[in-house]
Amino acid sequence: MKNQAWNGFVPGKWQDSIDVRDFIVNNYIPYDGTEEFLAGPSIRTKKLWEKCKKLLNDEYQKGGVLNIDTETVSSITSHAPGYIDEENEVIKGLQTDEPLKRAVIPYGGIRMARQACEKYGYKLSPEIENIFENYRKTHNDGVFSAYTPEMRKARHSGVITGLPDAYGRGRIIGDYRRVALYGVDILIEEKKKDLNALSNATMNEANIRLREELSEQIKALNELVEMGKTYGFDLSRPAKNALEAVQWIYFAFLAAMKETNGAANSLGRVSDFIDIYIERDLKAGIITEIEAQELIDQFIIKLRFIRHLRTPEYNELFAGDPVWITESIGGMCEDGRHMVTKTSFRLLQTLFNLGPSPEPNITVLWSEKLPTGFKRFCAKVSMLTSAIQYENDDLMSKYFHDDYGISCCVSAMRIGKDMQFFGARCNLPKLLLLALNGGKDEISGEQVAPECEPYTDEYLDYDKVMSRFKKMQKWLTGLYVNTMNVIHYMHDKYAYERLMMALHDTDVNRFMAFGIAGFSVLVDSFSAMKYSRVRAIRDERGLISDFEIEGDYPKFGNDDDRVDSIAVSVVKDFYNDLKEHETYRNATHTLSILTITSNVVYGKKTGSTPDGRKKGEPFAPGANPMHDRDKMGALAVLNSLAKIPYEYCKDGISLTLSLVPRSLGKENETRLNNLVALLDGYFSQGGHHVNINVLERSVLEKAMEDPYSYPQLTIRVSGYAVNFIKLTRQQQLEVMARTFHDRV
Amino acid sequence: MTVKGRVHSFESFGTVDGPGIRFVVFMQGCPFRCLYCHNPDTWNFDGGTWYSVDEVLSKVKRYLPYFKNSGGGITVSGGEPLTQPEFIAELFKKCKQEGIHTAIDTNGFADSSSHAVNTLLDYTDLVLLDIKHIDSEKHKSLTGFTNEKVLEFAQHLNERKIPVWLRYVVVPGLTDFKTDIIKLRKFIDGLSNIEKIETLPFHKMGEYKWKKLNHDYKLYDTSPANENHIEEVRKILYPDKLKSQ
Repeated sequence: MKNQAWNGFVPGKWQDSIDVRDFIVNNYIPYDGTEEFLAGPSIRTKKLWEKCKKLLNDEYQKGGVLNIDTETVSSITSHAPGYIDEENEVIKGLQTDEPLKRAVIPYGGIRMARQACEKYGYKLSPEIENIFENYRKTHNDGVFSAYTPEMRKARHSGVITGLPDAYGRGRIIGDYRRVALYGVDILIEEKKKDLNALSNATMNEANIRLREELSEQIKALNELVEMGKTYGFDLSRPAKNALEAVQWIYFAFLAAMKETNGAANSLGRVSDFIDIYIERDLKAGIITEIEAQELIDQFIIKLRFIRHLRTPEYNELFAGDPVWITESIGGMCEDGRHMVTKTSFRLLQTLFNLGPSPEPNITVLWSEKLPTGFKRFCAKVSMLTSAIQYENDDLMSKYFHDDYGISCCVSAMRIGKDMQFFGARCNLPKLLLLALNGGKDEISGEQVAPECEPYTDEYLDYDKVMSRFKKMQKWLTGLYVNTMNVIHYMHDKYAYERLMMALHDTDVNRFMAFGIAGFSVLVDSFSAMKYSRVRAIRDERGLISDFEIEGDYPKFGNDDDRVDSIAVSVVKDFYNDLKEHETYRNATHTLSILTITSNVVYGKKTGSTPDGRKKGEPFAPGANPMHDRDKMGALAVLNSLAKIPYEYCKDGISLTLSLVPRSLGKENETRLNNLVALLDGYFSQGGHHVNINVLERSVLEKAMEDPYSYPQLTIRVSGYAVNFIKLTRQQQLEVMARTFHDRV
Repeated sequence: MTVKGRVHSFESFGTVDGPGIRFVVFMQGCPFRCLYCHNPDTWNFDGGTWYSVDEVLSKVKRYLPYFKNSGGGITVSGGEPLTQPEFIAELFKKCKQEGIHTAIDTNGFADSSSHAVNTLLDYTDLVLLDIKHIDSEKHKSLTGFTNEKVLEFAQHLNERKIPVWLRYVVVPGLTDFKTDIIKLRKFIDGLSNIEKIETLPFHKMGEYKWKKLNHDYKLYDTSPANENHIEEVRKILYPDKLKSQ
């Protein structure tokens, strides 16, 4: 293949087949310097962002939703072009014809779409309701026509929750760079070849499904070109310059957002790709640094304006209206060079030019070998914005190489090569209580798990309880895998992500991503049984509903092997049990310890636990130790976390660390050095992920009282960042209750 | 030798008690009764938990990667570390074998001729020396003891050429009199081992601990030191040659 748009690029395999990684490796220029070269926002960006801030304020004042188009079923081509401020917009395109007007995407479930409209004072068009109630089955209908009674019970009790059975599953990253590098025509050609290659295959279920999917992918690609035309762009051909490269990538992402409302739709790893185009344009004198920054700033503005229509229940789990547009930067190339480019810096600079924001969810793929200038700039951004997160590239690159991105919060996937079936999480403390109570839910009293003999001793014996727990876990993991199989079978059938999958290799690798919540509560519970005496207290129903602890016990998060070894075996056992069960489309099982903000709701639905946590109290987020049980300071927490084996937990191990600025040292320079040393030290010991918040608790208190003065206050929660003021009050209180590492 | 130490607590992420990231061991027990103490829970010589040297060392070693990256190490604070010199000497000896930078954070109330103290100093890279007051009588009303031993210890460290970061807590109306600061400055001028001088503002964050322990807190009406207080002291105290905060 040859194309004028590629003039000036180093040729390679990427010209003969779809191979974006090869293009990047051949063309990117590592940057070793500091942030000195960066530019502030352009005049156009300032004007545009002022308008945006007003719109965002209006949205907040209206209770979280500015407007809904209740009359249109969203699709790639459903809406006429929309603009915020056409003359100042460098990157064009909105999900609907007006900024922040939300679209209805009912394929995941019509009930969710209707409820979401009603909650915000709108009424879904009766015609749409009629079609999706009576003529077009949704993913949600599909799932519930196949769910077993046992699955419904487990879901209802909350031992498995957050299942993507009523809305889009998300967690899929399209390789949006392909559209910019090759143009849609070439992508369609390639997909047609794959389709033809299946012409003589046996028409079994798998091949029929694949042929249908490929046809759908091709249709979606054609629609993408149509959408581009309405804005006056020709996406059928490759992008010719940096402006087009960003525009093409954004349009591809935007089109995906118009046809699916999945939870967590990440961007992948586009910065180093874009950097190649920017470098070419800078070299040719076509743009200046200010214009390069303008491109990135305006791209980010558009990403910050992506919205989906959600129900209140969804927001209770994942508050703050998240989209999880995760973009990964940094990391090492397999040829030994680091992958920090000037555009990695430009992306971080948006947090200063536009102010902090949770979106996009900027993720630094950290390696000890990254250049010092970049490490220090990241630390500076963390200290001033608390908006970014870090993941261990030296750990992940062993499995995912050098062209992977982070999906949602912490899940690594090779861009365009891996996809995942997202699977929420299992509430482990609740599982423990089921094991003690003969399979009965400790709150409702209902028989949720298969009936077994309840625990009858007065004191909890570690070995006895552990063996019961393991039995219960075997039952649950089987049920969990089966439930996921049902969900993803139906999602592929009724809410297939045509465009996102068109931007993957046809022969895609699939993960099935399971999760656990309440990790430290479970671990501490077992530690309490082992190292102190825990007396079970039974209520009038005969159920164990409270505990009394005699003596002290070692707690997770203090770098104490006595309890940390329990943590390690919990993870290994759970993962090994999952693997016993067959997955839909032969997906590879993976596991995460991640909750985002759902630790609050999970805690609410769980009775008292043997670690001393009382009924209804929140769990710790992700793999965090429980609040105020980490008595040895921040690094001891990191050391405990670093023991959890990533190979059993490849979907990610999330830690959120909140530091008071002065706890990092006295002078600014010392603080930067110490934060970099903290990250280097954590990751060199095998830690996987960490969110860094650097702020005073008092700032959060003020923001609760006076939210309007803190519209952009951003804080990291498990694996993700949120606008603090958009959290529910309960979630805000939980965030504040978390350990803030400080020393007087 | 199986000497054990009474430990109050540990902090894995110390960033203000010596260079780089420090693993801080807070020893239990202190003879001083400083009016502004923010850790009165470390006074009692009967409290704390017994640890062997190896138990503490195995904890410290877990932080080697952080020390390496930040130029940090171990700091033994308290309480008063010099009340348990045998234990810390043994600990530091082993730390030095591991290449770990060692520091003690002390009020200097030690017997300079003590064999145990000198053995500890053999393995000590840095002393954070807290001189509570240069005026002996005021030192006594502030801590319960006069300051001759402290000043002698400072001289002793100078003779032994052990680097010192000198710390001074600024308490408005108690430790910020100009004449005292000038006197302190003169004393420091006679020492050649001072690498850094730190002025620490008096704060009231430890007040709740006094209440909890039923101790009679006498500084309720004393206001915390603000930037102006610190600046006034700084102007006099800091010789230009010193890196100071």
